[in-house]
Amino acid sequence: MNVVTPQGEASLGARIVDDGIEPGAELLKVENVSLSFGGVKAIQDISFDVKKGEIRAIIGPNGAGKTSMLNVINGFYHPQEGTITFRGNVRTKMRPYMAASQGISRTFQNVALFTGMSTLDNIMAGRQLKMHKNFFWQMWRYGPAFNEEVEHRLEVEKIIDFLEIQSIRKTPVGQLPYGLQKRVELGRALAAEPSLLLLDEPMAGMNLEEKEDMSRFILDVNQQFGTTIALIEHDMGVVMDLADRVVVLDYGKKIADGFPSEVQASQEVIDAYLGVPH
Amino acid sequence: MFYREAGQFKTNYKDDQAVFPILQDRLAIGLFLIVAFVAIPYFGNDFFINSMMIPFLIFSLAAIGLNILTGYTGQISLGTGAFMGVGAYSCYKMTSIFPDVNIIILIVGSGCFSAVIGMIFGLPSLRIKGFYLVVTTLAAQFFLEWCFITIGWLYNYNDSGAIEVPQREMFGIIVTGASATPVTRYLVVLSIVVVMTWVASNIIRGRIGRAWMMIRDMDIAAELMGVRPLQAKISAFAVSSFYAGVAGAMMVFLWLGAAEVESFDVNHSFLILFMVVLGGLGSLLGSFMGAAFITLLPIVLGAIPGILGLHINAAALEHVKFMIIGALIIFFLIMEPHGLARLWAIGKQKLRVWPFPY
Repeated sequence: MNVVTPQGEASLGARIVDDGIEPGAELLKVENVSLSFGGVKAIQDISFDVKKGEIRAIIGPNGAGKTSMLNVINGFYHPQEGTITFRGNVRTKMRPYMAASQGISRTFQNVALFTGMSTLDNIMAGRQLKMHKNFFWQMWRYGPAFNEEVEHRLEVEKIIDFLEIQSIRKTPVGQLPYGLQKRVELGRALAAEPSLLLLDEPMAGMNLEEKEDMSRFILDVNQQFGTTIALIEHDMGVVMDLADRVVVLDYGKKIADGFPSEVQASQEVIDAYLGVPH
Repeated sequence: MFYREAGQFKTNYKDDQAVFPILQDRLAIGLFLIVAFVAIPYFGNDFFINSMMIPFLIFSLAAIGLNILTGYTGQISLGTGAFMGVGAYSCYKMTSIFPDVNIIILIVGSGCFSAVIGMIFGLPSLRIKGFYLVVTTLAAQFFLEWCFITIGWLYNYNDSGAIEVPQREMFGIIVTGASATPVTRYLVVLSIVVVMTWVASNIIRGRIGRAWMMIRDMDIAAELMGVRPLQAKISAFAVSSFYAGVAGAMMVFLWLGAAEVESFDVNHSFLILFMVVLGGLGSLLGSFMGAAFITLLPIVLGAIPGILGLHINAAALEHVKFMIIGALIIFFLIMEPHGLARLWAIGKQKLRVWPFPY
C-alpha cells in the first residue's frame, strides 16, 4: 500500500481551515433543540456543544435521533424549539445549501454519491461552492472557466492522494465496492474544506481492515487539516478510541455527555444499550 | 488495432481535462467536420441534403436540448415540441417586426423567448418530480399549442393560421424563403448546430453542468454541497428550451419554409424524447445517434426495395417500415438500456484492448 508522501502532507498541512474560531472554543452549540414529526418526538430538549478541533461522537441505540440531530444541524430539518449557534451566529431556519456555504459538510449513512459521475467528478462536486465563474465563461470553457477548473483539479488531486484512491480516479462511482464508495464520499465532503465535518456512520458495513483505514483517515483529517468532526458510529471500540468527547442519545433524549471513559461508566448508558428488567 | 492510446501521456491537468483526450478521437472529429462542411455540400444531391441532413441536424439540436434537461438534470419533459414552436413563432414575429436584422441573429435570438417560457414552465419542477413533472410539462405543451392557434397576433392574423417564411438575405446570399438553395440552408444549419453543440459540451463539463448532474444523481447531497436546486433546475430548463427554440426556428426557417400548429404538436415532443432515450440519456453523441436513428432510418429503409429492384406497393412498404423500426427500437433498448451512445462506448473500449478481451 502506498503511503502519503511527506511532500503531500506538507501541502495538506497548509490547508488548515481558518474560520475565525480559536482552537478549543465552541464551534457549534445546540441549545434545547426539540424536533417532532406529528406525534413522534424525534429529539427532545437536547443541548450539547462541539469544540473547535475535537472529534465529537454522537451515539445511541437505533432510533435514538442521532441522524435527525445531524439533519437539524445541516438544515434538512427545522427544529420546533431551540437554537443552534454555529461560528458565533445564531440561526433559526436555513436551507442545506446555506449550511454548506457556512462550512458544514457531511457524509451520509447510506452512501449518497453521484452515481453517474466518476470519482474525480464526485470530488470536484464537493468544490462547487469554491468555483465562481459564471455562465458566460462556462460557455466558452477555454479561458477563465477552464483555468479555474484546472486550479481546483489540483486541490482535488491532493485529496485523492490523501485518501489513496488514485487508481479509481476515472471510474464511475457506481462500479466501486462499498468501502471505496465511503472513502470517495469522505473525499467529497473534504473537498469543500469544511470547518465542521459531520460523518453519519462512516464505518457501517465495513470489515476490520477498512475500518482501520477509515479511522486513520478520520484522525488524519482532524490532525492535519484541523477539521472539527462530529460523527455517529455504532462500533463502540472505534468510538471510544477516536472520540474526544461523546454524547449519548436514547429515545430522543440526551442521557450522557462527556469523555469516553465517563460515558462508558454511566449506568444510564449501560441500561440503554443492555436494557433494564421491568 | 489503430485505436490505441499507448504512448499518449498527459503531463498536466489541462490535457487530462480535454474534451477528447485521445488523439484518434480528435482526428475522427476533424474528419467528420471536413466531410460535413466540404464533402456533403459538394457531392450531396438536393434530396440528400434537404430531406436527410437538414432534418437530422435540426432534430439533433432539439435532442441535445432535451438531453440537457432529461439526461443531465434528470427532469423529464414532454414540452419540447411546444418550446420549438415558441422559437419558431417568435422568430417569425421578430422577422416581421425587424425585417432588416440579420436572420441568423433572429434565429438564435428566438431561443431566448423559448428560454423564458421554459423557465416559467420549469418552476413546478422545484416541488414535483418524475411522472408528475411529465404531466405539468404536458400542460405546457397543450397550453402553448392553444396559444399558437388562438393568438392571431403570433401569425400576423393571416387566414390560413400558418406562418410563411419570408425571403431573407445575408451578404447577398438568399438564406431563407423558397428560393434559398438547400446547400446554403444546410451550411447555415450545420454551423449553428456545430457551434451550439460545442457550447453545450463546454457547459456540461464545467461547474454548471456538474451542478445539473448532481441534482440528477442525488438532489439531497447536491443541496448539501451548495447547489441551489432552484437555480440549477431553472437554468437547465432555460438552456434546454433555448436549444429547442433555436431548433424550432431553424425547422421552419431553414427546412420546412412554412409551418402551422401541427408542426409543434405533442407527437414531436414524444419523437424527441424517443431520440434522447434511444440515443442515450446524458450523452451529446447519443443525441446525434438518436436523431439519426429516428429521422434517417425510415428514409434509408424506404429506399432499400428500390435499390434492390423490388416492386412493393407504397402502403405495404410504409407498414413494413414501421414494423422494422419498432422492432429495432425494442431490440436496441433490450440490448443496451443506456442507449446507442453506451453501445458505442462499449465498442470503443473493446477496440482499445483488442485483441485481448479486457
